[in-house]
Amino acid sequence: MIVRSFVMRSSYQDSLVLMRIAQELRSQSGVEQAAALMGTPSNHEILAAAGLSTPESADAKLGDLILAVGASDEAAADVALQSARDRFSVRAKAFVEQASARSLERALLDQPQSNLAVISVPGEYARLEAMRALRRGLHVFLFSNNVPIVDEIALKRYAVGRGLLCMGPDCGTAYLSGVGIGFANVVPQGPIGLIAASGTGLQAVASGVANLGLGVSHGIGVGGRDLSGEVGGLMTFAALDWLDRDPGTLLIVLVSKPPAASVLPQLQERLSRLSKPAVVCCLGATALAASLPGVDWMDDLAATAAMAVARLQKKDYIPRSFEAPARVREMLGVVERQGTVAGKTVLGLYTGGTLATEAKLILRALIGQVDGNPPSGGNDGHHVIDLGDDEYTVGKPHPMLAPETRAERLLPWTDGKTVGVVLLDCVLGRVGHADPLGVLLTEIAKAREGASKRGTSLQFVASVTGTEGDPQSASLQRKRLVDANVAVLDSNAEAARFAALLVRPDLQARLLEL
Amino acid sequence: MKMITNETVLLPEQLWAVNIGLEVFADDLQAQHVSVVRLQWQPPAGGAAAAKALERLLDESSENR
Repeated sequence: MIVRSFVMRSSYQDSLVLMRIAQELRSQSGVEQAAALMGTPSNHEILAAAGLSTPESADAKLGDLILAVGASDEAAADVALQSARDRFSVRAKAFVEQASARSLERALLDQPQSNLAVISVPGEYARLEAMRALRRGLHVFLFSNNVPIVDEIALKRYAVGRGLLCMGPDCGTAYLSGVGIGFANVVPQGPIGLIAASGTGLQAVASGVANLGLGVSHGIGVGGRDLSGEVGGLMTFAALDWLDRDPGTLLIVLVSKPPAASVLPQLQERLSRLSKPAVVCCLGATALAASLPGVDWMDDLAATAAMAVARLQKKDYIPRSFEAPARVREMLGVVERQGTVAGKTVLGLYTGGTLATEAKLILRALIGQVDGNPPSGGNDGHHVIDLGDDEYTVGKPHPMLAPETRAERLLPWTDGKTVGVVLLDCVLGRVGHADPLGVLLTEIAKAREGASKRGTSLQFVASVTGTEGDPQSASLQRKRLVDANVAVLDSNAEAARFAALLVRPDLQARLLEL
Repeated sequence: MKMITNETVLLPEQLWAVNIGLEVFADDLQAQHVSVVRLQWQPPAGGAAAAKALERLLDESSENR
């Protein structure tokens, strides 16, 4: 193998661009291995381990881009590298032609009315960039993860003191006055104001509300640690106050993980002071449902959206395990005829963090212990894995942007005889991948074939989070899943319950109200 | 520095954005007719250690203001 590399000086590229470039390099004729990486110490180690390091690449600094290929011959390597360089020249030209600036100061001179910074730099640089933006009076949407909690506290204290939003770190989704930011679904503007500790929690409720005919005033992401004891609900409490005063908001929804015990009394006190009705879903903390007038506490995301809409429409809403039990019974019959998976384990492979948490909690209550770590190959129980979690996304794009990062896990993690049900989310939205299912459906077919050769049965259960207005179209993605023989439920909570029914048929009497 | 109470805060009715990082976010805001300036971001030459030093400078300069 001939190894060649090229270093582009001072050419920072985000992880998504790098992944796409590496894929293009690999698809070139004669190329056996390829990498497109920034010159960080850990990336130098990766290159060396892959045998793609050269004296030139070894000299690359943090902000330098390394293109490296291992090819069958010199000509193939040169052609591949040249095509990647050409691509970057085109990209660089396009970038310069768009409104762009080399510093925040320059950006603010060019656009003095700027009021929002959308920040997605690597976590170690997030505090610096976010604090610079806050000090210039900008609201901050901070997508970056791997941000130390001390940095989060400093940023949020500063923001709250100056009446600014610091949405995140690790904020995937927000809506401000009808504009979706990050992984947002296409939803109408409307009377429901959302506060959510995570992207997919906000997406699930916003989509749910839209699918029931209402819309969203604002959706304020606060990051997954906001209601921890350390952060103390800084942004959640500020957002509750702001939405309570917002004339376009008639009802407030709060979605979160369980608050820390030290924060809970304050949260309850803030909720009790609201002048507007509220629906609260602290996943896994239903026992906290202190009866506060005007506040409904819900167990799952779909029910939260349904209750919010019912409240505003002055209708009754009683949550059920399945909205359409007759249809679910039919689906169970279809799956059973294909081969039972009773007694086997459930493996949840998620791109959405809150959806993963929701599934884990529902499964735990129904079928016992559920592990958040990858299966080790043995008969080691049920697993629900959030592939958007920090440990899977250092230096890599989020699986909602790059679905192959989930698809490639499917075969290795279903290789044995223990997993009977694979539980999946399919999250749509403006920024999400245009084809979230393509590579996954290919791997599902391979996993089924593998299971069949091993003489075992493997079933797939999914739900789609999104709306008809999303670029990927919720109904189209549901149809693709159904066509691929995947059981598609109306919500993530129902999908988790359905997975439980498949491995524990004795739960039918309880969940299907027989 | 002037502190702002929550009573005075208004959520923005119209957005003008600066994008620092993933270009897909800037593309999407523009598709929603939001004016976006894209920052040509580079990590500080000294990496994370340099970022920490810059943070300290930023904190000190604001305390002295």
